[in-house]
Amino acid sequence: MNAPVVTARQAGLIGCAQCGKVHRAGAVTCLRCGSDLRPRSAARLQAVWAWLIAGLVVYVPANVYPMLKTSSLGRTTESTILGGVVELMHHGSYGIAGIVFFASIIIPIAKFLAIMFLALSVTRQVRMRHHNRHKLFHVVEFIGRWSMIDVFVVAILASLVQLNFAASIAPGIAAVSFALSVAFTMVSALSFDERLIWDADPVPAE
Amino acid sequence: MSVHTPPQMSGDHSRNLDALIACPACDALLRDRSVAAGETATCPRCHSVIEAPRRLAMTRILMLAMAGLILMVAAVFFPFLEVSAAGLSQRSTLVDTVRAFSGGLTVPLTYAMAALIVVLPTVRFLALIYVLGPMALGWYPRRFAVPAFRMAEALRPWAMAEVFIVGVAVALVKVAGLAHVAIGPAFWAFVGLVVVTVLKDNFMSRVTVWKTLEARRPA
Repeated sequence: MNAPVVTARQAGLIGCAQCGKVHRAGAVTCLRCGSDLRPRSAARLQAVWAWLIAGLVVYVPANVYPMLKTSSLGRTTESTILGGVVELMHHGSYGIAGIVFFASIIIPIAKFLAIMFLALSVTRQVRMRHHNRHKLFHVVEFIGRWSMIDVFVVAILASLVQLNFAASIAPGIAAVSFALSVAFTMVSALSFDERLIWDADPVPAE
Repeated sequence: MSVHTPPQMSGDHSRNLDALIACPACDALLRDRSVAAGETATCPRCHSVIEAPRRLAMTRILMLAMAGLILMVAAVFFPFLEVSAAGLSQRSTLVDTVRAFSGGLTVPLTYAMAALIVVLPTVRFLALIYVLGPMALGWYPRRFAVPAFRMAEALRPWAMAEVFIVGVAVALVKVAGLAHVAIGPAFWAFVGLVVVTVLKDNFMSRVTVWKTLEARRPA
């Protein structure tokens, strides 16, 4: 178990990130699963950065513009993401307020920071137990989609609450930019090649 | 738990690449060996699971995917939720939920919603049935099995049925103060769909499927 581990790349071979099949150098498409075998390089990080910045840009209007427009008995109120959380707390639903706060504010921001850190650490040789970096990547990859909760909440509310004068809810433009922001950061995380984390530190962990 | 081991580095490893496997997560070069059903093979370097074949896994995934498909039909066509307040009531189906964004600038979100909650999960179910059906029955893989399974894996993060169901829970609490909400049969169908999806993804061992597809390829 403690035998020195050599990567396929160090051995002059190419390993498929999808199915694990090992190929000779120069192979372009995996013989087993047909995946692209392009060698990973720091240049491919550009895609990660591009999607991440796009995600950041659309995250701004997502927080500034209203997410929900509620009209009840002739009065119309608009609420932003943060406003919605505060409203829930006023109703006393702290648990649900916590879920929404976590999904639409904490997760996106933590995700921006985590992807930035990972992308920087791969090129700048930041010292960190790379097992932790690896775990961080998996958390980012796993948790990103859960930010979509708020968009779904808006959709359900808008379709459900159409009771004419008594109460009606319409989606705001922030729902679009928030959904885009989540999608862009997901693409950013997906275009990050996990193996770069391991390449950055050639010394085995043990 | 069992582990793939690093090959003896004597320089002759490049002769037989089929005896090797590269960890899909960290690229560690390991000696490939057949993993028995019930075992879990992990990478000695990054400890991620490489292969975890289970007995009858293909058959189970096939059955679960078919169940998921049937539940999806029920979830789409039956009433999902019903609210009533001040003598008025409104019934909405999953289709209404998807179409909630169909006014003005939010139109593109309509398509995105339809894709995330209904279309992509359905496409994944169909692709898995197409790929794993022949595997479960011991036949040759279908003609486009390889691209179909690659697509199913690529779509995995984008099929958001389980995220949607949590969104429903949050929405129910938000509406509860405003109106009375009744839960329709489609809601339960959708909950069942989420359970089936999670079970199915747990049985799935990607590398095992790829190896099986390759081994069964007609000569």
